[in-house]
Amino acid sequence: MGKNLVGNHIRKLRFNHDEMTQQQLADKVGVTRQTIVALEKGNYSPSLELAFRIAHAFSLHLEEVFFYGEHPSKEEDGG
Amino acid sequence: MTYQEKKSIVSIISTILIFISFSAYKYVQYPKEGLESTETLHYWGSFVLVLTLVSIFAHIVISIVFNIVFRITTGEKEPTFADELDKHIELKANRNGFFVFILGFLLAMGSLVIDQPAQVMFIILIISGFISDLTGSVSKLYHYRRGV
Repeated sequence: MGKNLVGNHIRKLRFNHDEMTQQQLADKVGVTRQTIVALEKGNYSPSLELAFRIAHAFSLHLEEVFFYGEHPSKEEDGG
Repeated sequence: MTYQEKKSIVSIISTILIFISFSAYKYVQYPKEGLESTETLHYWGSFVLVLTLVSIFAHIVISIVFNIVFRITTGEKEPTFADELDKHIELKANRNGFFVFILGFLLAMGSLVIDQPAQVMFIILIISGFISDLTGSVSKLYHYRRGV
């Protein structure tokens, strides 16, 4: 199974939001903790609806939580 | 290891155990008459039907026991709903399982075309049902561990 091209900053954002647990985020967006684990590992690309729900849970825009392809900071380093 | 991964492993083990023990139980009851006798057909018909019912019942019991053991050993509650990842994985597991069963079904029909006895057709059908069940559980385990 190839790595998904959709990456995210969920782990970092949880930490920045009063060290929110995976279970707390899962409850907030209506999925199981397993799904949050899979998202953080990069094993699963969420549906658009779930992606929006996660972004709303952190009160951020979608592109501040998710990115496509290489990690944005890596691209900046390379360019 | 997560709840879903553990459940998939339990499902794989229980599928194998149920199939082997039921086959061993029915093997000794195999009729002594000719291969195409009514009693032989009755035997294979009841094999498929009873195995299906026993499998469903055993899976329900094993699932309940597994949930109780999971709660006691981990202190966590099992997920009460299936979210989009669960549904996605379920669909992929079903697809793989059905694909295997259809292959077995075609093989079973092929055995009749090349004039094999009816019992060969039944054996292929039963084994393909077993392998398709196993394929579904292995697919679930694979996708829960490696992603979708």
